[in-house]
Amino acid sequence: MSLATESTARPAAGFRVTRSRRNVTWTGAGALIVVVVLALFPYIVYSGTTTIMVQAFIVLTLASMWNLLAGYAGLVSVGQQAFVGLGAYFVLILAIHGASPFAALPVAAVGCGVAALPMWWLVSRLRSGYFAIATWVLAATIMLIIERFSSIGGGTGMPLPGVAGLSPAVLTAYTYWAGLAVAVLALAASYLLLRGRLGLVLTAVRDDEVAARSSGARVGLARLLVFVVAGAGCGAAGAILAISQLQVQPSAVFSVQWTAEMAFATIIGGLGTIEGPIIGTAVYMVLQQTLAAYNAWYLIILGLVAIVVALFARRGLWGLIDDRINLRLFPVGYWLRLDSGGERPRRLLARLGKGVPEA
Amino acid sequence: MAWVNAIIQGVLTGGLYALFACGLSLMFGVMKVVNLAHGDLAVVAGYIAIGVITVTHVPVLWSVLIVVPVMAVLGYVLQRTVIQGALDRSVLTTLLVTFGLSVVIENGLLQFFTANTRGIGAGLPLVTGSFSIGSQIQIAYLLVVIFAVAVVVLLGLQYFLSASKYGRLIRAVADDREAAQLAGADYRHVFGIAAALAFGTVALAGIGYGMYSQLDPTAGTDTILLFAFAAVVIGGLGSLWGTLLGGVVLGVAQQIGAQINISDEVLAGYIVFLAVLVLRPQGLTSRRTQS
Repeated sequence: MSLATESTARPAAGFRVTRSRRNVTWTGAGALIVVVVLALFPYIVYSGTTTIMVQAFIVLTLASMWNLLAGYAGLVSVGQQAFVGLGAYFVLILAIHGASPFAALPVAAVGCGVAALPMWWLVSRLRSGYFAIATWVLAATIMLIIERFSSIGGGTGMPLPGVAGLSPAVLTAYTYWAGLAVAVLALAASYLLLRGRLGLVLTAVRDDEVAARSSGARVGLARLLVFVVAGAGCGAAGAILAISQLQVQPSAVFSVQWTAEMAFATIIGGLGTIEGPIIGTAVYMVLQQTLAAYNAWYLIILGLVAIVVALFARRGLWGLIDDRINLRLFPVGYWLRLDSGGERPRRLLARLGKGVPEA
Repeated sequence: MAWVNAIIQGVLTGGLYALFACGLSLMFGVMKVVNLAHGDLAVVAGYIAIGVITVTHVPVLWSVLIVVPVMAVLGYVLQRTVIQGALDRSVLTTLLVTFGLSVVIENGLLQFFTANTRGIGAGLPLVTGSFSIGSQIQIAYLLVVIFAVAVVVLLGLQYFLSASKYGRLIRAVADDREAAQLAGADYRHVFGIAAALAFGTVALAGIGYGMYSQLDPTAGTDTILLFAFAAVVIGGLGSLWGTLLGGVVLGVAQQIGAQINISDEVLAGYIVFLAVLVLRPQGLTSRRTQS
């Protein structure tokens, strides 16, 4: 129920416009504590746990990026595995030339962001469904091109060099911290982007594209920006993947399964909410760990759940939670709040009918 | 002579690709649905055909008579339930739902039928036989038959949509759903019929591919969906004959690529696809037909 223009922020009689329905300071402090505790994990838990956590960070990063694309910019990309693969290969190539894989990580992210520009130029010619398959073809094409170079392993891939000097325990801890940093940055970037002008443009486009365009919103530019950020984020996740697997294999890093996982986690958690990917990743990890012995069953179940959620609970699990307890951890919209007393915003909106004051 | 051979083979495989693309094009033309599970459904049709042949021992081609109606019914049911349900919500939802279906079908096939490849009708004279022109050009009967089937299907669809009463209804609903509804047409039922038609061609595509090559669970996306899509874009969105031309261009590009370097077959096709996307995003035939 975010308002499309900022001009409504002027004070009006009886109520004020706020970012959050509960005090955001507490959730901010809570988030900080969670990150600090997570950062201490390598000292507390077994390396088996941190390895699983790294997997969760990869999925969380991917899901947050896919959420930006599909949940906010309306771009259903089925080719995000292109960036996962490119990120992994950026790390591999730099490591072959003597760089530390961890130093290569930011380079991989930036490289993938840059690579997103020509890719956007190609695929943005097509809309909605055809855009989806075009990104898929592009990912397949990039994989086929990379497979031609035998110096980086050709079709079979190769092990990642440059980590032999590190002891296994240190390597696991570094990988964990790198994964945590990437996931936190991905969430922070989503939050800050959506809180700013871009979020306003994207919300306006989502509500009514024609109206947004005619009031001067630069829709194409906003979508390009999201595509580039998502490319960089998925590239960083691909780099973490390469470091955690210590092996880069084209058919594995360019697998459409990455897009399936990020999409399902996002849809189940809640498309178009920043909290959704976090919940979705948790659901994903639980299912994947419980059903690990049954091959692809976790993916089948996730897919079925995602279909049901997409049809019957469009805002996902987080939407259900939000409806009950009226909570936003990452408020990016605007809310009305009564100055006098504690009347719930929803009741206020109900009393106003649809009469959210328009500028 | 090798180049002439490559072009002839390319044109003929183009028929198969046009058959892949037919259902995708039809569903988009009528319902504005891009069915991301398109290729996986073709593989399902192929597996059903294998099952029917193994269980009932009917001749291979007879299985077509069973699988096409089965898939048509499945198409109608899927359209009336899941796809229509998604369509009522938003275009985005149709993409999410069909992508979910695609992944579920592919991994389901992988679980139940393993990653092993399976052919249809291996050893039949139709599948293995060929005739030669000169000493270097060998043409498989099967490819000629598939090409002919593709042309007949496209002609049939064209005739059905432009001349028959039901075809007019489909076009009316595709043009303006509300107006057609006001005139008494139940657009949901019409969408179901269009989906049934599309799924019928999907069945032919799956069986054709199973005979021409080998089916495995990943063939649905890696080959059928992506090639179908490339053919549609190269030919021009919304044109049935453009789809045939797109299929042929894709086939020729792949065969020429294979002639240069055997491992570049698929890549060459995609590069032509990307070139068309850059130079002529409306496709080679920009004329639009009613579908």
